[in-house]
Amino acid sequence: MYRETEVIQDLATAGEGDMVINVGPQHPATHGVLHLVITLNGETIKKVEPHLGYIHRSIEKMCESLSYRQFIYVTSRMDYLSAHINNHACAMCVEKGLQVEVPPRAQVIRVLMDELTRIASHELWWGAMAMDLGAFTPFFHAFRERESINDIMEETCGARLTMNYMVPGGVMHDLHPNFQQRVKDFLQLYKRKIHEYDELVTGNIIFQNRMKNIGVLKAEDAISYGCSGPTARGSGVSSDIRKLYPYEIYNKLEFDEVLETGCDSFARYMVRIREMQQSIRIVEQLIDNIPEGDFQAKTKAVLKLPKGEFYTRVETARGELGVYIVSEGGTTPYRIKFRSPGFSNLSVLDHIARGSKIGDLVAMMGTLDLVIPDIDR
Amino acid sequence: MWSFSGIANNIHTWLGEHFNATWTMIIEMVIAGVAVIGLFALLGLVLVIMERKVSAWMQIRLGPNRVGPKGIFQSLADTLKLLVKEGMTPDGADKLLFNVAPFIAMIVAMLLLAPIAFASNFQLWDLNIGVLYVSAVSSIMVISILMAGWASNNKYSLMGAMRSGAQIVSYELSAGLSVLAVVVMCGSLQMSEIIESQRNGWWIFKGHIPMLIAFITFIIAVTAETNRAPFDLAEAESELTAGFHTEYSGMKFALFFLAEYVNVFIVCAIGATLFLGGWMPLHIGNWEGFNHAMDYIPSSLWFFGKTFFLIFVIMWFRWTFPRLRIDQLLNLEWKYLLPISMINLLVVTAMAILGWHF
Repeated sequence: MYRETEVIQDLATAGEGDMVINVGPQHPATHGVLHLVITLNGETIKKVEPHLGYIHRSIEKMCESLSYRQFIYVTSRMDYLSAHINNHACAMCVEKGLQVEVPPRAQVIRVLMDELTRIASHELWWGAMAMDLGAFTPFFHAFRERESINDIMEETCGARLTMNYMVPGGVMHDLHPNFQQRVKDFLQLYKRKIHEYDELVTGNIIFQNRMKNIGVLKAEDAISYGCSGPTARGSGVSSDIRKLYPYEIYNKLEFDEVLETGCDSFARYMVRIREMQQSIRIVEQLIDNIPEGDFQAKTKAVLKLPKGEFYTRVETARGELGVYIVSEGGTTPYRIKFRSPGFSNLSVLDHIARGSKIGDLVAMMGTLDLVIPDIDR
Repeated sequence: MWSFSGIANNIHTWLGEHFNATWTMIIEMVIAGVAVIGLFALLGLVLVIMERKVSAWMQIRLGPNRVGPKGIFQSLADTLKLLVKEGMTPDGADKLLFNVAPFIAMIVAMLLLAPIAFASNFQLWDLNIGVLYVSAVSSIMVISILMAGWASNNKYSLMGAMRSGAQIVSYELSAGLSVLAVVVMCGSLQMSEIIESQRNGWWIFKGHIPMLIAFITFIIAVTAETNRAPFDLAEAESELTAGFHTEYSGMKFALFFLAEYVNVFIVCAIGATLFLGGWMPLHIGNWEGFNHAMDYIPSSLWFFGKTFFLIFVIMWFRWTFPRLRIDQLLNLEWKYLLPISMINLLVVTAMAILGWHF
C-alpha cells in the first residue's frame, strides 16, 4: 500500500517544476484498481511507479486450505477474462501429479474453450484499447461479437465469466447439443464483421499516429523484464507456450505463432488482432472433429497428490501462466504459486513510458492488456 | 405564412399600441432576455438527448428509452436531478473564481446567441460587426475554462485547463481565417448582409474549391474550439478523469455541460450562416421554378435543418475518432491548418478582386 511517508518522499525527490500525480486506484484508464504514481514535467512523464495491493485476495493462501477439486474454482477469479485457461492450467497440474490421461474428447473441448476464451478476451481488450484512446464506439462493436461467445459459454458451462468448467481429468460435463451450431454461427458472424475493426480503428490515421513508435520495448528488454504473451511477441520474442511447450493437442494443430518486429504499441496491437485470426483457425479445425468418447477420465472422489513438486504452464490471452504446486501427499496443496503474465508485463510500464506524454501512458497501458486481479492475486 | 418574424412584429405592434416607446423597448428587452435563457436551456436539453440518441444509433444500442415516449424527457429528468444536487466547493479551491467560472461559460454562450439570424428578419441584434463580435466574444470562453481549472486546486483540472488554453487559442486562428474568407467574398461583417449575399447560391457552392477548403478548416477548427472529440483533450476522461470540470458537481457542472452544447450549436449556426446561407433557401442561379418551390419551405426550417446537420457531423466525429495527443493537436494546427488557411485566404482574396466567383 502507498503510505503517506512515501508520498512525501516522492514529492521530495521530484525536481523543480515536477508534478506528482496519483493515477488511480479509482481512475477510468486503469481498468481496475491499479494505482500509478507518476512524476510529470509538464505533460512529459519522468517516472511511473505502480502500486499494488488494492485487490489482493490472497488466492494462493486460500488455495492451500481447499482440496484439489475446489481450488480450481478460485483461480477463475484471477484473470477473469481467461477463466477457462486458468482452470485449464490448474487442472493440468493436478493431472500431472495424479498421472491421469485426459480422454481425447475432453482435450479437444478444452482447446476449443481456450481458443474461444482467447478470442473473447482479445475482443474486450480491443474495445478497451480504443476507449483508452478516446473512441467509444469500438467498445460496443467488440462486445457484439464477444456476447455471442459468452452465450456459447453460458449454454455449456452455465456461466458467462467465471466458468469453472475444467476439472481434473477432463471437463465437468459434456458439450451442449447446440454447441457446434452456435460456434459455426459465431465464426460466420465474426468473419462478416472483422473488416469493421480495421476500418474503424486499425486503419485510422489518428490511431496509427498515436500508436506507432510509441512505447518502444526492445526484444532484450522484453526478455529481461520477463514479458510473455502478445507483449513479448510484439517485440519479436518467440514466447508462445502452445508452440514452445505444447500441451493437450496443440502440437497436432495448424496455427502460426504471431510475431511482430515493430517493438512499439502498434506492433503489440497487431499481434493481438492477428492472434484472434489464428484462434479462429484453430476453432475451425476442431469444430467438426470433436471425437466421441468420455468427457472426463475416471478419478477418485477425493484426490491426493503424491509428495513432490509439480509445474505446468499454459498460454493465456495475456501470456504465460505457470502453476506450481508443492504437495506433502495430503488432500490439499502445501503451497501453490502462480506465475501470472500480467505482473511481469506491468513491470515494463515505467521503462517504456519514460519521456512520453501522459496520453501515451494510457495507450501503453492498453497495449499491455493489464487485468489487475491477475497481477494482484 | 407562419413565420418567426410575423410573431415578433405582432408583439411589437401590440406593445406599441399599449405602452410608450421606452416601456416598449424595456419589455422587448426582457422578452428577448427570457427567450435567450429559454433557448439556452432548451438547446441544452435537445442537444443532450440528440447526442445520446446519435451515439446509441452508432453504437448498436437503444439509448435512453424509459422517461417519456422514446426517452425524450430523459435529459429533462437529468437536469432536474442536477438542480437538486448539492454544488460542492472543494476546501482548497479559490472559492470566488471556482463559483464564477461556470457562469462566465454560460454568459459567453448566451452572448453569442445575439447576432445569430434564426429566420428571415428574426435576429436579436443585427450589429454591423457581427462576425467580429462572434470571434471576440467566443475567445472569452477560454478564460472561464482556465479559471475553473486553476481555482479547483486539482492537478487534473489544471492540466485540462492548460491543454484547453493552448488548444482554443491556437485553433481560433484558423477558425478566424476561414471566416475571413467569407467576409472577403461578400465584403461585409454583418450577418444579415452575409446571408443576403447568398440569395443566388450558398458560398460553399459559389466560391469554388477555396471556399470548400475554408469550410472544412472551419469545421475542424470549431470542433477543436468547442473541445469536442477528437480534440476533447481538456476533458479526456481516460487520461484526466474529467479535465477542467473534475471538481464540479450539481448545477455548476451542468452549466459547463450546457454551455458546451450551446457552443456547439452556435458554431454550427455560424458555419451554416457563413457557408450554407443561414435561413436562405437553396437557390440555383436562374431556375425560377425550383427557387420558387424552395421559398415555400419556412426560413426557420432551413436554418435549423442546416445547423442540426452540422451538429450531427460534429457528433459523428466524436463517436468515430480516437483522441489526438496534445503535441499532435498543436502540430495539426500550426503546421497544417494555419498555413493552409492563410494561403487559402490569399487565393480567396484574389478571387474576390478578380471576380472569379458566381
